[in-house]
Amino acid sequence: MSVLTQQLVLGVLIGGLYGLAATGLSLVFGVMRVLNVAHGELIMLGGYGAFWLAALLGVDPFAALLVVVPAALLFGALLYWGLFSFVVRAHEEARVKNSLLIGFGLALALHALAVRLWTADERAIPTPYSGAVLSVGDLAIPVVRLATLAIALGLTVALQLLLAHWRWGKAIRATAEDWQAALLTGIDVRRAYVLAFALGTGLAGAAGTLVTVAYSVSPAIGLEWTLKALIVVVLAGLGSMLGTFVGGVVLGVAEAASAATFGGPYREIVGLVIFVVVLVVRPRGLFGR
Amino acid sequence: MTAAGRERRWAVVVLAGLALLALLPLARPRDDVLNFVFLVLLSITLAEAWNIVAGYAGQVNLGHAAFFGIGALVTRMLWMEGVPVLAAMVAGAVTATVFALVIGAAAFRLRGAYFAIGTLALGEILRTTVGTVLPEISTLPAATIAGYRLTLRYYLALGLAAISVVAVAMLATSRLGLGMRAIREDEEAAEASGVGTLALKLIALALSTALAGLAGGLFAYYHISYYPAHGFGPQWTFDALLMTFIGGVGTLQGPVFGAVLYVVLKEYLALHWVDIHLLIFGALFVAIVLLLPGGLVQGVERVRGMLGRRG
Repeated sequence: MSVLTQQLVLGVLIGGLYGLAATGLSLVFGVMRVLNVAHGELIMLGGYGAFWLAALLGVDPFAALLVVVPAALLFGALLYWGLFSFVVRAHEEARVKNSLLIGFGLALALHALAVRLWTADERAIPTPYSGAVLSVGDLAIPVVRLATLAIALGLTVALQLLLAHWRWGKAIRATAEDWQAALLTGIDVRRAYVLAFALGTGLAGAAGTLVTVAYSVSPAIGLEWTLKALIVVVLAGLGSMLGTFVGGVVLGVAEAASAATFGGPYREIVGLVIFVVVLVVRPRGLFGR
Repeated sequence: MTAAGRERRWAVVVLAGLALLALLPLARPRDDVLNFVFLVLLSITLAEAWNIVAGYAGQVNLGHAAFFGIGALVTRMLWMEGVPVLAAMVAGAVTATVFALVIGAAAFRLRGAYFAIGTLALGEILRTTVGTVLPEISTLPAATIAGYRLTLRYYLALGLAAISVVAVAMLATSRLGLGMRAIREDEEAAEASGVGTLALKLIALALSTALAGLAGGLFAYYHISYYPAHGFGPQWTFDALLMTFIGGVGTLQGPVFGAVLYVVLKEYLALHWVDIHLLIFGALFVAIVLLLPGGLVQGVERVRGMLGRRG
């Protein structure tokens, strides 16, 4: 029994990162109707950013967030201007296809770049507190992972507040709802797009840092994280960032439960099966509007 | 010229090219040349198959690899059990198609991006399952390796490429193809004007997956040893997608040009820029999508238009 509980706790801990990974994708998809399949590669780059800061300058990986996230925001804005601004000029049907294509090209290039810069090896960031464990009854909770869950939740709440109260947050939401109407009311839709994409990339950077400190990073993790984020986006639906976070935790728990029941390799499959079922039964997601 | 006339003319051109390639083994080329052309031919089949669903019926299917993988898996298993390879390939294609029809009935409830990510997940489900159930590498027995004939595989690939081109040409010039294009342009409008959209989408998917299953079967017949999960890898989907879009989606000749350019470019870059070839390749691909959204076919038309105006 305690083994199962332990598994479920670990599932919740990784689920928070699934949720954070998905909020960035959900924001971009919801606002721009652009499906960025290179989102996982952006997460991977964020992870290597933290790895570099730790390996070269000895920066603590949690402190690295303060550098990685602004850098990712900037990188996101550059990616938007360089690539995705061409995609949003097309009408909505063509946007999805074009963004898939550009995303694949980008994913391929970023993956190759990462192999070139950091080799294909798996990297982790060891810290003095890496092995610390919090004991609750029979349960052992890794402190680092608990911290990543807390930060992921904090960032999601911050994003939710930003979208609810900030002037441009409201503009982003209005654009997501109906960009033509937003345009008519005088909202600079293009700027809302840049902001949404930059924020999405910034969140990917944060997620990558947290993934690397709690687990590890390698150039090949991109597709896996894109899929996780996609699953969560579909599971939770568009429109609510906290809903997306909860969706991530649900996925983490479901994976852990299935791994405990059927064995490790099947954890991926159960997540995907849930995903397809939700997609077919409730295409708008559990929390979608 | 009408669209149907253009498709027919291109079909003749492509088939003539394939007929020329039939003479290649007579010149006794090196094995690497035959292997290279084999790869091009397999790619043409895979891309044309994907083009039927995406280019004509307008549905971006990211689960293409699943059907290629099923074809490969079934063919390999039956063939190793002693079933003649052609029969095994047909069985593989039929299995892929049946699976596609079952899946399609549910998946086609999804529209646009949701269809794309739903089918992507489906492919990944199969890849992980197969990788878990059959983790062992599949290698041909020594006796079969001793009797391995590359030329035979080459001609099978040639025949398969020809079949896929003919299939797309017939589809493109038929009422079915017209209905599929109507769905691609505007699904609601097509439905409202009496096009049976679900049935047509299923037909497109069935045709596409039958060809993908055959291509997978050929892959299983061609490779001496491979991991069964490899046939389900997402790269088969992405390759087909990239080749089709580089060439020109929704045209008969586009995927053919795309496949040739894609394979040649990838091999060339891999040979000359070993470390960074995928980086260049990815960047180049993004550039093509941004600058030539209609692919090479559109590029050629644009150049021709400019020349025509001058002349």
